[in-house]
Amino acid sequence: MTQQTNLPGFFSRLSIAFGALFKSLGDAEFAARVRDDGVGPTAAPAPVPAPAPAPVVKPAPAPTPLRAPTPDSALQLLSLFQREARLIDFAHENLTSYSDADIGAAARVVHEGCARVLREHFTIEPVRSEAEGARITLNEGFDAASVRLTGNVVGTAPFNGTLSHRGWRAASVTLPQLAEHHDARVLAPAEVEL
Amino acid sequence: MNDIVNDPSNESLNHAAEPRYAIGIDLGTTHSALSYVDLQASDGEQAVDAVLPIPQLTAPGTIEALPLLPSFLYLPHPNELPAGERALPWSDTEETAIAGEMARSRGATTPIRLVSSAKSWLCHPGVDRRAAILPTDAPDEVTRVSPLDASTHYLRHLRQAWNAAHPEAPFDQQSVTVTIPASFDPGARELTLDAARLAGFTPTLLEEPQAALYSWIQGSGGRWRKQVAPGDIILVVDVGGGTSDFSLIAILERDGKLEPHRVAVGDHILLGGDNMDLALAHFVARKLAANGTQLDAWQMRALTYGCRSAKEALLADANATTHPIVVPSRGSKLIGGSIRTELTRDEVTAFITDGFFPRVEASARPTVRARAGLTQLGLPYAQDAAITRHLAAFLARQAGATAELEGFTGRVTADHTFLHPSAVLFNGGVFKSGILAQRVMDTINDWLYMEGAEPARMLEGADLDLAVARGAAYFSYARRGGGVRIRGGTARSYYVGVESSMPAIPGMEPPLEALCVAPFGMEEGSELELPGQEFGLVIGEPVTFRFFGSTTRRQDRIGDVLEFWGPDELHEMNEIQATLPADGRAAGDVVQVKLHALATDAGTLELLAVARDGQRWKIEFDVRTATGVQ
Repeated sequence: MTQQTNLPGFFSRLSIAFGALFKSLGDAEFAARVRDDGVGPTAAPAPVPAPAPAPVVKPAPAPTPLRAPTPDSALQLLSLFQREARLIDFAHENLTSYSDADIGAAARVVHEGCARVLREHFTIEPVRSEAEGARITLNEGFDAASVRLTGNVVGTAPFNGTLSHRGWRAASVTLPQLAEHHDARVLAPAEVEL
Repeated sequence: MNDIVNDPSNESLNHAAEPRYAIGIDLGTTHSALSYVDLQASDGEQAVDAVLPIPQLTAPGTIEALPLLPSFLYLPHPNELPAGERALPWSDTEETAIAGEMARSRGATTPIRLVSSAKSWLCHPGVDRRAAILPTDAPDEVTRVSPLDASTHYLRHLRQAWNAAHPEAPFDQQSVTVTIPASFDPGARELTLDAARLAGFTPTLLEEPQAALYSWIQGSGGRWRKQVAPGDIILVVDVGGGTSDFSLIAILERDGKLEPHRVAVGDHILLGGDNMDLALAHFVARKLAANGTQLDAWQMRALTYGCRSAKEALLADANATTHPIVVPSRGSKLIGGSIRTELTRDEVTAFITDGFFPRVEASARPTVRARAGLTQLGLPYAQDAAITRHLAAFLARQAGATAELEGFTGRVTADHTFLHPSAVLFNGGVFKSGILAQRVMDTINDWLYMEGAEPARMLEGADLDLAVARGAAYFSYARRGGGVRIRGGTARSYYVGVESSMPAIPGMEPPLEALCVAPFGMEEGSELELPGQEFGLVIGEPVTFRFFGSTTRRQDRIGDVLEFWGPDELHEMNEIQATLPADGRAAGDVVQVKLHALATDAGTLELLAVARDGQRWKIEFDVRTATGVQ
């Protein structure tokens, strides 16, 4: 807890994750950076390959084989975040003109809704079960994809260190099925009251 | 309809393959669920069960499998949804009506196209339940549906969901049970069975409080025998989304085995958890209005959701004092446009705990206002919101329920003003709140203490949301010989009104006598003949009888004639009607018939007119009223 003072807070993380999501969708190079970094998939749940039925997967025509993101699943998730948590509304607001009380009220809607979407569509569990701050030992052959070494990274395994973040892993993803011709790009339909 | 001798269920039993699964359906007022037991994997009391996730539309073109199917039907405008957006995984054409989560959420903003509480309409005696009357406030261009159609739609949805998930075991070849409130009258039971037949299967009916007890028995994995003893009287308090239902189940010992025996059921009370959320939302809306904030229908729905979670939070944690509620803005400006308010513990206590579950005396009775001269076309909601008062009235009315029961004689003395339960089983999401369950327990134990009786204990380990569906599946399994059965037979005695044979007095109606045509506690499969009396029925001319039921008169035998009865003893129900079709006889002929009462295996009661030559006609409980609603 104590050594994490420079880490972003919840809403900053939300906004970073959200930004990374959009940027990954629009910018293949950025997406590749996020992937190679090994940060993206754990910070933003969206790029997790969803077992959606028959996603349109086209192999990217690149020298090294890359997996192209499936926009439908990402759009679907965005749509859920908007429907349940008003996330797009929230991210598109300019916070400067509002008091913290107003932002706090809206944040409750966003927080409650995001939590609901995460709870209902993902099974998210910590990568490490130890308490944060605990001393842990990583033996030879540990999974470098699920544990990221920081700081004084020298020598050979076993590595001894302090767990600063437990990490998150999506144990399962269940996104709704979509009708064949459903236009997932409509994240929220316009509403007209008659 | 008249041809009940060739019951299709008998036929299908003979020809169909042996069922692989026992299926239980909770056809609820606000939610439906389907649970099943794998018959091949189950043995004795070890039943292997699961709940079927039900694929349903949650948004246009979006299908999700959820454990519950909200019992709402939305009738969309032809231009409202793009082509292909309302298809279900198994549908080959566009659905004209949408059931489930999307119906509920869409209907909240377009209530004129939403059918809700179809089950309450199904047992509404004042309306023609086969007539297209729902939604009641729909404009003319909306094609309305009948309460029967709506129930059929939910059942068909469940059947298709099952068939999609288990193509190897077709639904109509499994052993299916559908639950109904214990308070359903014979007409409503028969309509539920008709809805299932229209949906393509023939189920057995089971009362919901019994299903809750079955689920508890199953969940205990055999340990229930340690938690109850012969002589126990279990009170089942089932407060669902839209109705409250009480039953009393006594534990007998027969041949060294414990046998639960259902001895009494309560009246139909249209009052449930959703009423509580709505009451709270209206209260908070009034509070906001006092500060100059008006809410529209859309915001009202958001507020109801907010109130529900606030209520649940406050009722779950006795130390929480307030819980914030935010009603999001309708437009895309979320910040600034949202309305923030809060619910306090005092408000929840005053509104829910004291409003719906007040600590009342055992002598308290629900208040009944005289109905206004013109009854509106609407559901007959309970006029008194206090569930504990309804409970007090129920227990007092049933003070003698166990008097005749084997092993219970002498346990009830003249000092007892109400029947003393020794254990309480709760059912329904409302009782997820320990505070409310405790309030009911405290109230009952106060009553027991005042009469010098031992306090009742709460039966632990009930699954409050899915108990009814689970219990129904277990019942399907148990009636195939796999487990414990609850006995008890029919929970009412039934009477037809006959004019007494006294000289006519001008200006005075001849007094009415009640002829018992079906006694209390008829076991399923039994048939009784009304002795002595024969009626002359004219072919082709309908004959109607006034029809009464009693939940307390246990001693009346078939053929008994009552000249007097207490004001609370007999309840008049819809008229019943016998029409003898020509069937080879000449119209206008008079046929001498005897009345038979038959408790069917499916869980319904049938009254039959039987001619001397053995020909049988069914007497209809559900008479189509030509005059409509008063």
